[in-house]
Amino acid sequence: MAQAQATKFKNPLVNWIDSRLPIFTMLDHEYNHYPMPRNVNYLWAFGAIAGIMLVIMIATGLFLAMQYSSHTSLAFDSVERIMRDVNYGWLLRYVHANGASMFFIAVYIHMFRGLYYGSYKAPREILWILGVIIFLVMMGTAFMGYVLPWGQMSFWGATVITNLFSAFPIVGDPIVTLLWGGFSVDNPTLNRFFALHFLLPFVLLGLVILHTAALHVCGSNNPLGIDAKGPQDTVPFNPYVTVKDGFAVVIFMIVYAAFVFFMPNYMGHPDNYIPANPLVTPAHIVPEWYFLPFYAILRAIPDKLGGVIAMFGSIALLMALPWLDTSKVRSCKFRPIYRQFFWILAIDALVLGYAGAMPAEGAWLIIARVGTFYYFFHFLVLLPVLGKLERPRPLPNSISESVLKGGGRVAAGAAAKPMEKA
Amino acid sequence: MRALKTAILSAALALGITGAAQASESVHIPKQSWPHSGIFGTIDKASAQRGFQIYKEVCSTCHAMHLVPIRTLAGIGFSEDELKALAAGYEVQAGPNDSGEMFMRPGVPADRFPSPFPNDQAARAANGGALPPDLSLMAKARVGGEDYIHAFLTGFEEPPAGVNLMPGMNYNKYFPGHQVGMPNILQPDGVTYADGTKATVEQQAHDIATFLTFAAEPHLDARKQMGVKVILFLIVLAGLMYATKRKLWSNLH
Repeated sequence: MAQAQATKFKNPLVNWIDSRLPIFTMLDHEYNHYPMPRNVNYLWAFGAIAGIMLVIMIATGLFLAMQYSSHTSLAFDSVERIMRDVNYGWLLRYVHANGASMFFIAVYIHMFRGLYYGSYKAPREILWILGVIIFLVMMGTAFMGYVLPWGQMSFWGATVITNLFSAFPIVGDPIVTLLWGGFSVDNPTLNRFFALHFLLPFVLLGLVILHTAALHVCGSNNPLGIDAKGPQDTVPFNPYVTVKDGFAVVIFMIVYAAFVFFMPNYMGHPDNYIPANPLVTPAHIVPEWYFLPFYAILRAIPDKLGGVIAMFGSIALLMALPWLDTSKVRSCKFRPIYRQFFWILAIDALVLGYAGAMPAEGAWLIIARVGTFYYFFHFLVLLPVLGKLERPRPLPNSISESVLKGGGRVAAGAAAKPMEKA
Repeated sequence: MRALKTAILSAALALGITGAAQASESVHIPKQSWPHSGIFGTIDKASAQRGFQIYKEVCSTCHAMHLVPIRTLAGIGFSEDELKALAAGYEVQAGPNDSGEMFMRPGVPADRFPSPFPNDQAARAANGGALPPDLSLMAKARVGGEDYIHAFLTGFEEPPAGVNLMPGMNYNKYFPGHQVGMPNILQPDGVTYADGTKATVEQQAHDIATFLTFAAEPHLDARKQMGVKVILFLIVLAGLMYATKRKLWSNLH
């Protein structure tokens, strides 16, 4: 305690605590003075938005769990009781159910931003891999959450998705039995899914803390994809980015509120308001919209094991992305050829999503197959080859030079203009 | 391996049915204009009350609404005394009493609407094998929602030439597959509305759909009213945030 920094904080209690457990120093360092590149645009707010969504999901989920019964004979009615009789239960449930979709919207934008600006490249590989793991855990959590209301889509979605694991030879069937806690989707399945659905968000929270810690080692990327070279290139996180992210969060919340209050069931499926019935299969078994591109990949492969491997592979290969992309230039801004393929990939993802919602037959099956082919071709062939062949445009010398008025090359300055205003 | 087969089978089954459903989904469900649609829309209480009257006199002979407590009707303008009187008109099973017997008592507003059949099997047995679905969530559990309910109730007609109905089935142009166990139940002036509204089939279908929308979503009005306030607040907050952001960042340039 000899080197207690007596004058660091004005509040003596804060000082007393901080000299024993420096959490205030840490927060001050990581959130007050954390240098953000001054040219980041609003796409950089989606990390913060995703974090806030996680907190909203945990908070609403906690209160929903207090009213929910995870027994097959009670689950559906207990959800309706929340909707009808619990004070503001309808609000809690709609905030939670639509929150899952909004969380995915935020995360998908966050991921595509990372893809466009090359945020996965050295030295941010571990940051990116942690992000892919977060995405995987999120998918598992969302899937199990959708099972809890025990409607028709809950039941049949759970049946189809858990059955995927049976495609693996030898270990497949035991895994499925373990997931089910029996020999079909039934009460033990619902119980363990509820337990896991409660646990996994806290795993996510831990992963998000690691993700943030890894981010704060190398700092945030920026639209130019070049490193910040000094204080002239950055602004302190607080108040500049706090208020900018805050504005973005409020705009995001307006969209979120529009769904919650005016079309709360738009992103759900009507069949899930029919209680689960193992004897009646719904006409279409469709997963939630955020799984549809992967569902399309699954169904595009004629072989079941092949389909499952392709689906998991499509996510797993994202982890290898830092090494698949051979280009030294991060931002697509300076990669004229790759930039076009990026947009093709974005359209491909949307097309796959649409194909995933359609029956896997006829033209839609062919479209899904072409889309699947392009997805893998993009990451496994285009990305490594293009990095070697493409001649990137010259990079600006520094962020401040290209962003501030009167400095830098004209082209880079013009390109940076929108975010300067933003 | 059995699980694998089940999965493939169920997938194949789903795809097969999908094909059939695709064929039937080409039927366009006409959109109606509802007083409760849109941002400021609220449930038309008079219409919902008429819809409830039809539910009580007609639908509830076969259809349960087991998730809805009678007191919910306070939301469409029933007073406490009216609810008590209404509830007392139902017989509800209670017990066991001190001697272990179940007994019947008059309903109270906290009771849910009693179901017409003790279980699904009894319901099927009384309806030629068809199960009349519970109506609590009907307006949310079908593609098209209240528009579908309206279309379905007005969609009964003679089967087109070449369509052979199975015994006991009826033809409905909006029902998936078109063959439905439920007969065309709504007749002009089939009910006599307490408020004197002329009971055309169109009017009855509209009123039932309004009532079922309310039954599925009793907090619909409260939700939309809160939504308007929340979004107005957020828009003002966004304006303040943007102004603050502009002011702060202006000294960086």
